[in-house]
Amino acid sequence: MSELTATLDRNIVIEIGDVPVRVRTGDPAFLQLLEKRYTGFVNHRSYAEFEFDVDLTPPGNVGADDDVRVLQRSGRWSLKRGDFHAEWDAASKSGNIRQTANPYSIDSILRIVHTLVLSKQGGFLVHAASAVRKGRAFLFAGVSGAGKTTIARLAPGNVTLLTDEISYVREQDGGYSAFGTPFTGELAKVGDNICAPIAALYLLAKGPKNRIEPLAHAEAARALLANILFFAEDAELVKLVFESACEFVSRVPVYRLTFVPDASVWEMIG
Amino acid sequence: MTPKRYVARSSEIAARRLGNETMIMSGRDSTLFSLNEVATVIWEAADGLTALDEIVERRICQEFDVELGEALRDAEALAEALAGHGLFLLSDKPFQSVPALKEQT
Repeated sequence: MSELTATLDRNIVIEIGDVPVRVRTGDPAFLQLLEKRYTGFVNHRSYAEFEFDVDLTPPGNVGADDDVRVLQRSGRWSLKRGDFHAEWDAASKSGNIRQTANPYSIDSILRIVHTLVLSKQGGFLVHAASAVRKGRAFLFAGVSGAGKTTIARLAPGNVTLLTDEISYVREQDGGYSAFGTPFTGELAKVGDNICAPIAALYLLAKGPKNRIEPLAHAEAARALLANILFFAEDAELVKLVFESACEFVSRVPVYRLTFVPDASVWEMIG
Repeated sequence: MTPKRYVARSSEIAARRLGNETMIMSGRDSTLFSLNEVATVIWEAADGLTALDEIVERRICQEFDVELGEALRDAEALAEALAGHGLFLLSDKPFQSVPALKEQT
């Protein structure tokens, strides 16, 4: 095999939410790291909807805690944080990434790419655990400490975990579906790469006893919007995400779930 | 005599009525606003062609048990506040057109 062919072969396709994203790198160790990080979400098909070439930079004084900036100028997206800089042509759906060889940077880039893709598909990424029971998906949203990981950890054997941290929601077949993601929280367990129609969204709160209360649409929309991930400084896309959230709460039941952190909470779900 | 004031919804926002409230998202800075039932009436009536005092007299005073002078002061304060956030446009002349509303009850 020629050196050129070997270089071209150094890529993987990471498919989250049925959106295949190809990542090319000349560094076999980084490729191996990605294959391990995205186990269950890597496929080897030739087609990819988006393509990125990764240019690895030496480790240095980079800041993953810096604010991310996501801007589009003249049809080209720029995704920038202390630890990465990605550029992406909206028309060709291809671009490049400059980052150090750490998986957290590309994880953030993938999340941003998916928020942009979903914004035009009536969907969104949301800070929520999600799981499938009897063919229906349930979302459990809340800020850090609200109980996303706790409720995921307490799930009984007949529940399939999609994520304990960031849920993937897309309008599909007249309803909404949740997809598994590799984006993990404290549980550090990659979700199953499956999807299911969403039956309900629960807003989590820990309390002295288990209780479920339905939420009015306006309150549900406020809570959902507070948990949606969206980074782009783009007025039209912001408006689309807002519309998607309002549409979601008008079609999917939303409840406040106050729960005692033990397995009994799952007797109320599904 | 106080000059007429006309109010129109900005095209830089997305708005949705949910129950008795109106949720408004600023596309410029992603700030979320909620309007209560009374403010929602003014928001929906802000067609850029009807003067604010007419909206108050014909809608607010008819639908809510409130005195005209007080309602007008509150409406003007609301219009100024919404304009300050870029949600409303204010003018002493009628506007040519305003964006359509989406409603979800």
